[in-house]
This record gives sequence, structure tokens and C-alpha cells, in this order.
Amino acid sequence: MRDVVILGSGPAGLTAAIYAARADMKPLVVHGPQPGGQLTITTEVDNWPGFENGIMGPELMEEMKKQAARFGTEYKEGWVEKVDLSAEKKTLTFSDGSTLDTKALIVTTGASAMWLGIPGEQEFQGKGVSACATCDGFFFRDKKVVVVGGGDTALEEATFLTKFAGEVVMLVRRDEFRGSKAMQAKARANDKITIMWNTSAKEIVGDGKVTGVKLVNNQTKEESEIEADGFFVAIGHKPNTDLFKGQLDMLDSGYLTIAEPFTTKTKVPGVFAAGDVADHVYRQAVTAAGTGCMAALDAERWLEE
Amino acid sequence: MDLSKENFDQTVTESDGVVLVDFWAPWCGPCKMMAPVVDEVDGEVEKLTVGKVNVDDNQELAMQYNVLSIPTFVIFKGGQVVDQFSGSMGKEALKERVTKHL
Repeated sequence: MRDVVILGSGPAGLTAAIYAARADMKPLVVHGPQPGGQLTITTEVDNWPGFENGIMGPELMEEMKKQAARFGTEYKEGWVEKVDLSAEKKTLTFSDGSTLDTKALIVTTGASAMWLGIPGEQEFQGKGVSACATCDGFFFRDKKVVVVGGGDTALEEATFLTKFAGEVVMLVRRDEFRGSKAMQAKARANDKITIMWNTSAKEIVGDGKVTGVKLVNNQTKEESEIEADGFFVAIGHKPNTDLFKGQLDMLDSGYLTIAEPFTTKTKVPGVFAAGDVADHVYRQAVTAAGTGCMAALDAERWLEE
Repeated sequence: MDLSKENFDQTVTESDGVVLVDFWAPWCGPCKMMAPVVDEVDGEVEKLTVGKVNVDDNQELAMQYNVLSIPTFVIFKGGQVVDQFSGSMGKEALKERVTKHL
């Protein structure tokens, strides 16, 4: 049985690993299909302290991974399908049927981009439908793309996409943006960006790849269709907590709740939560790392008791 | 092996074996994370050829295979496309995807 298993490999998980490894707890980090977390789909990170000129997200994560490994962190790739937190020994069951037992569990599973769940969205994944403008914008040079969302992410993605695309259409569900004033001003001033208010996407159409989007006006209920080569979804993030339903307390939005203020303790003794999975307020790399550190210290103290 | 228009047919479409082609770019974060994973699969799976296409330098190849997102992986068997998928994944998952065609 392991002393501590860390589920997730973003800044929270890897910072927990650095602290746990240095405390000689021989942590095991279990990583899923996106090792390194959300920072691996960003470019320059300009708000991580210590880098005057910024650092590339993937590079930062690679360094963190190596730093944790230096102190004896082990890594395991796998998809955890089930957890049993009811006994003193916590058991993780992987998709291949294998299991792993641990005394303490640190949950740093983070959050994932949300999808609309409309027809065509799954079908054209990687064929014009994307949740990552920085990854896929390149392929839409001089093309027409649609960005769905009214928050900071959507505004940022739309602005970024104008570097490549000839035309960017933003679909905003309401008649105003939710994003910051500065980002709004930037997007509004951009000639390549057209904003369609009170508009939702109903269906993505295509033939092998995206060719258009069916729209509906939320006020008049009027339906229309526009041509598009790309469809970028930026409607926010959803914490990855399905695995813990019924075992850990969470908000309606799915974010895990902490049982004791200024700690990372969940209601289950020996289970700690850090990073975006338990933070719907700040959601920054540096706050994730901070709570990851707290979780390792909390776990260490708990194991000693 | 780095692939370009010059050696693509010879290595991939005219090959009898199974070839995994990784479409990537230096500015793509997930591609960077996948690079060591792809290299390990290359080293561990016998009878598999692995080729990499830098889409910055080879936009024609990317267009030819409808690559609209990277990383995109295309598996060829006997010169024909048998599987195509995008996004990062773990080593075991990628291994499973390729070995099923061997």
C-alpha cells in the first residue's frame, strides 16, 4: 500500500508531489490523458513568478515534473474509473481493472473545457471543432471561424484567432459579454471580429469537416445558418469530479468543497483536494501550486497522526 | 524520422508495414508533451515505423490528410489510412491504438 497517491499532474499535483517527495513520502502521481494539465495547451505564461519574460506552459510543466522526479516521485499513466473512499484504505480502480491502495489521497484532477453538447460537436472533433485556439488556430489561415462564449476565454480566443483567420464570428448567448472590460475593448476594436448577440449554436454541419453552423436567436427564436470552417468552444470549464460523486462533498457546479477553512481537507479523513478541482474563484496556476503544497503538508501531518 | 513531401510516399504510402505519423509543430504544447511518448512507443513496439510531420514546414501534407488540430496521429497500414485521431494521450493508450493493426 502507498502512503500517498496524487491524482492529477497539473501545477497542484506536481507541487504536492515535490513537497511529499521531499518529506520522504514516496508519492505516486497518476496522470490521465492530458499529462501536465491545462497549462500544456497554453503558450506563454506571463504570471508565473520568477520568469521576467514569461515561460511556455508546456515547458513549465516539464520542469515541474522533472523537479518532482528528482526527489523520488513516481509516475503512473492510467484512467481511474472508480474510487472507494469508505474504508481507511482508499482504493483506486483503473480502466484496465487493476487496483491501487493508498493511505492518503490528494485529488488534483483539475478542470476540463466544457462542450455545448449539440449535434456535430463530437463528430467533427479535430475536424474543425476545437476547444483550443492556440493549438488549432494555425489551420484556419484566411478562413472563417466561429467562437462560442461571452467570457474572458472566448474574448481571448477570438482575439488570438484573428492572427490567422480572415473572419471571426463570436456567438454570445446574451446581449452582453461577461469578460473583463479590457478584453472586451480589445475584441470590439478588432475589425476581423463580428459579434452576434443573443445567439446560440444549434448544430454544426459539415462533410468530413466543418462547413457551417446552424444558429438560433434566443429572443426572436429565428433560425439561420452561416458558413464556417472552424468552431471554437470557449464556454468555461467544468471540474473533473464525476469520479467522486456520492463520496466527496461538492457544489452543484461540481467543485469539491473543503471541510475545514485554510486546509485542503475534504470530509473524508485522508483525502485532500487542491487546485482547480476545489477552486471556482481563483483558478490560477500559482494558486493551484499553493494549495498543492498545502495538501502535501496536510497529508504528511495526517499520516503522522 | 522527419517526414516531408520528398520522402512521405516512399516511407508511408508505399510501405507494406504499419506506420504511425505524428503531425506536430514546435509551438504546440500538447505536441511537446506527446513527443517523448511517441518516441517511447517507437522504441517499444517492434515492426512499427514512426514518422513526424512538422506542419509549419509541410502545410500541403497537413491539408492532404485534413489535419485541423494538432497533435494528430494517422496510422497507415499497407499505405492506407486505417485510423486517425487528435489530442494528447498516454503511452499505453497510444500503444494499444497502433498494436491493434500489427
